[in-house]
Amino acid sequence: MLLGPAIDLLLEPFAYQYMARAIWVSALVGAVCAFLSCYLILKGWALMGDALAHSVVPGVALAYLLGFPYAIGAFTSGIIAALGIAFVRRLTMLREDAVIGLVFTTLFAIGLLIVSINPTSVNVQSIVLGNILAISDDDVTQVIVIAAISLAILGLKWKDLLLAFFDESHARSVGLNPWLLRVLFFVLLSACTVAALQTVGAVLVIAMVVTPGATAHLLTDRFGMMIGLAMLIGAATSALGAYLSFFLDGATGGLIVVLQTLVFLAAFVFAPKYGRLAARRSARRSAEVIR
Amino acid sequence: MMRDRPTPSIEVNDITVSYSNGVAAVRNATFELGPSTICALVGINGSGKSTLFKTIMGFLTPSAGSVRIAGLPVKAALRQGLVAYVPQSEEVDWNFPVLVEDVVMMGRYGHMNVLRIPAKADRAAVDQALDRVGMSEYRTRQIGELSGGQKKRVFLARALAQGSEIVLLDEPFTGVDVKTESAIIDLLRAMRDEGRLMFVSTHNLGSVPDFCDQVVLFNRTVLAYGPTATTFTEANLAQAFGGLLRHVRLSGPDLHDDADQRRVTVLTDDERPLVLYGERDQEKHVNPDRSETP
Amino acid sequence: MTWSAPAWLWSWFIDPLAHGFMQRGLVVAVLVGAVCALLSCYLVLKGWALMGDAVSHAVLPGIVIAHVIQIPLAIGAFAAGLGCAIATGYIKSNSRIKEDAVMGIVFSGLFALGLVLFVKVETDQHLNHILFGNMLGVQWPDVLEAALIAVPAIVIVIAKRRDLLLYCFDPTHARAIGLPVGTLHFGLLTLLALTIVASLKAVGIILVIAMLIAPGAIGYLLTKRFDAMLAIAAAAAIGSSVVGTILSFHIDGATGPTIVVVQSALFVLAVMIKRGGRSANA
Repeated sequence: MLLGPAIDLLLEPFAYQYMARAIWVSALVGAVCAFLSCYLILKGWALMGDALAHSVVPGVALAYLLGFPYAIGAFTSGIIAALGIAFVRRLTMLREDAVIGLVFTTLFAIGLLIVSINPTSVNVQSIVLGNILAISDDDVTQVIVIAAISLAILGLKWKDLLLAFFDESHARSVGLNPWLLRVLFFVLLSACTVAALQTVGAVLVIAMVVTPGATAHLLTDRFGMMIGLAMLIGAATSALGAYLSFFLDGATGGLIVVLQTLVFLAAFVFAPKYGRLAARRSARRSAEVIR
Repeated sequence: MMRDRPTPSIEVNDITVSYSNGVAAVRNATFELGPSTICALVGINGSGKSTLFKTIMGFLTPSAGSVRIAGLPVKAALRQGLVAYVPQSEEVDWNFPVLVEDVVMMGRYGHMNVLRIPAKADRAAVDQALDRVGMSEYRTRQIGELSGGQKKRVFLARALAQGSEIVLLDEPFTGVDVKTESAIIDLLRAMRDEGRLMFVSTHNLGSVPDFCDQVVLFNRTVLAYGPTATTFTEANLAQAFGGLLRHVRLSGPDLHDDADQRRVTVLTDDERPLVLYGERDQEKHVNPDRSETP
Repeated sequence: MTWSAPAWLWSWFIDPLAHGFMQRGLVVAVLVGAVCALLSCYLVLKGWALMGDAVSHAVLPGIVIAHVIQIPLAIGAFAAGLGCAIATGYIKSNSRIKEDAVMGIVFSGLFALGLVLFVKVETDQHLNHILFGNMLGVQWPDVLEAALIAVPAIVIVIAKRRDLLLYCFDPTHARAIGLPVGTLHFGLLTLLALTIVASLKAVGIILVIAMLIAPGAIGYLLTKRFDAMLAIAAAAAIGSSVVGTILSFHIDGATGPTIVVVQSALFVLAVMIKRGGRSANA
């Protein structure tokens, strides 16, 4: 029988502790990012997700260089980015996307410059592309703490956030503070960006905080359902990607995001109500009616 | 520039326009407009007015029926620069680094060589157009520095410089004060009197009888079209707007104590009201603004 | 000729250029800076910052595949970049997802695909060089290749600048006067993809986005005339390229990031000039 060796091969990754850990940490990060992605895609903030991911790079570089927790460095430079964007917006008439692009590329370049001047302290590739398979114990702790706190807050506040984003004035009228909720959201987003940095790296964080939400948006009209589906997709693709990367020399981030994109494309074509096939069917039907 | 221009006309022949998801935004719409006309396109928001405009401009292709402009297919008419378009204020990014004269010069691009280097005739046309709308002194202002009405005049100047016989205007009176509105209307009238066809999309009912000689009432399809006096009636409007208009009727007993059967009807979407006064079959359009200012 | 600048400043600028790699780096930096600057004016005005971001990331799989099937990397990169833009357009107009999200999905998917392929393919290319460029490692043939792409792109942008501007400012009017709007749209995308390909060897696919925003933003702040905006953007970018390249030699830092940081410093300066000018007027 060939089945025995095949199963052994498939189970082999679980024999290594670092693999098992990579798989469940990835799934956790994937789920939290997917939660946030539902809000991000509805508000049209995809660029913001990308921007935060790039902006944290100088903070991470400095943190590794000076030996303090990377999450703190990342978080600080994320906040600097947000303030910088708000500040430049106030001072100029530039379009928002240009301002965001300007600020995040500047910070990213500063990060690269720091790394290039001190090439030995950090591996730039692991920041930009992620390296979950070689994650240190300290970093795992940081990721878990971030993810757990974020999930807890989101679980408590998800309806408030939806209301504040959907209808700000009504949110105000029922006694919510939309400004505070927005700040809370961006704090959570930068925290999760920092966590996702470990799994997929700065460049691909945008997929983690956009693609699962967009996929779920094609599949359902109910927001609670959308969150559930997105988290499922985020967790499953992340776990599977980490698992597969055992056989593929470690391109974990790439694999996770490729899987997420494939799921999205499948939904784009086959989604029961909003897929291409469904649209073609209804176009044919309405053409018949006209005829 | 003095070459013979074809007689302006818009012929919309039984068109149906669908979104990519198969839903029809416009169904079986038919109407026809000729030269020396100001025609209003009236309908509620979401009635497919802008879809109709986009189809006339060739942005959308009807899935059935056809549009002909001055007897030509849309593409050919556009290539000849027959159609000018005055955009809604919200469609324009007013922060662009373009000056008033740059915008008007854009009307001349169809007449220029591939590098768009203006010739003497182009400059003359721009000067003339700016002069005509009374914006010459603002020519080196950045476009965003103008008031709402001035912006509209600049885009009308662009249409003039373009030399188009057909001008489409999308909601030209939004965000414009009454005084500027009447200045724009005077300009539209003058352009009509030179033989042009002006097609104005508006939900501003009050000013329609004031300056439009034709009306197309629109909601997914053409509900009625023809001369304003016979088409822009209470019954047709009620059909076009359903229950969506504020409708105030002051009939005999409310107005006076005698047996006079005349009544006042006010139709409004809370912008400028349409006021109808008279007996049922001889109601006349009254312009509230004009009657206030002698 | 009187030379008033102190001698040390002169030698600070000139001495590094004794090295051949510095000469090549400087030439390519100026070239890339100029073409990116011209394009950046349109991206900034049209709100296409994310499009620049997307196309630049999306070229990665094109590079890897081109390497595998042995065609020039530039061709693969170009095809992938343009493919990203086209796929984005298609998915956006056929689904309920907003454009920014679609762009994010498509380009991250392509970039991820590129990474996975890169790992599977044996290649002599350094991933770091594709991502961040290797300005001081370029050879004269690389400079020539960049020039062959950048110079025609510059010529086309300058020659067609008015049509492109009109397309960005008022596409409806552009169509009304019979301009080929579709051609202009894809022309601009093509120019963008070409620019990114030309910049590949020098600044890499991640940093090029910075050079595709900052110069246009600087020009936008300092003038209200479009031709002047193009000129200021180009001048700012070329100046930053020269200063950045020389500076990176002295501080021993990576060249691409240094140029970007210098550009950003110029942007801050432009904001201050603008603010100062306004308060002086008031």
